[in-house]
Amino acid sequence: MIEVLFYVFAAVALGGALGVVWAKSPVGSLLFMVATLGSLAGIFVLLEAHFLAAIQVIVYAGAIMVLFLFVIMLLNLGHDYQRDLKGGAFALLSFVVVGLMAGVLARQVGRDSIPELAAGGQAIDAALEQHGVVGAIAQPLYTTYVVPFEITGILLLVAIVGALVLAKKGS
Amino acid sequence: MITEALVLSAMIFVLGTFGVLVRRNAIIMFLCIELQLNAVNLAFIAFSRLMGIDGQVFVFFVMTVAAAEAAVGLAIIISVFRHYETVNVDRFKLLRW
Repeated sequence: MIEVLFYVFAAVALGGALGVVWAKSPVGSLLFMVATLGSLAGIFVLLEAHFLAAIQVIVYAGAIMVLFLFVIMLLNLGHDYQRDLKGGAFALLSFVVVGLMAGVLARQVGRDSIPELAAGGQAIDAALEQHGVVGAIAQPLYTTYVVPFEITGILLLVAIVGALVLAKKGS
Repeated sequence: MITEALVLSAMIFVLGTFGVLVRRNAIIMFLCIELQLNAVNLAFIAFSRLMGIDGQVFVFFVMTVAAAEAAVGLAIIISVFRHYETVNVDRFKLLRW
């Protein structure tokens, strides 16, 4: 059952990723991206990352994609239907580069088979059992990684101020 | 399922890279970068099944940085659009040789 669900989600995610690259209009690309994000959230659930699946749907598909949609509407690009793929030698070159990259990745991934339930998986299952879905990720986030967490807060503040200054009229 | 998730992650990452290289619309290039970030997130979560929960904490940080990057990048696209009246990256010639 889980295997079947995984392959369904994987097929939707790959189809959505292809759609993002090939769709003519920016809004179409965006909707394909939302499909990809949703099915990736499903795969996160199958890999026992429940909290991150919820965050993926709420923050990524909900907030960031709506931000993209706002910008597309603001700049009035919604009816921009002509193909904008780069042609000729450049497309060939990027196809070759990406193919080489895919080959390297495939070699690395397929090097040796990975045991399905390793020590890390058992530790995560125990943490889920003990602290619950949110607590399992909150425990390391607020103890081991508390300094990066605070720095992330500062980063978000800087990003807000920077976005306001950049997008302000007459700057 | 971990191996399959890693293969899927590699495929999505490659598609995202291809999109960044081939498309001209700045917003769609940006979407393809988000696609790459998501592929890396999937790889992190798959590896967290092997190495422990730290991978999931990293995904959390990647998501916040992606949100910050989306806000600043879209603001840059807006201000470039005000100047050039287009988001086609072929038209941005100021720093080209």
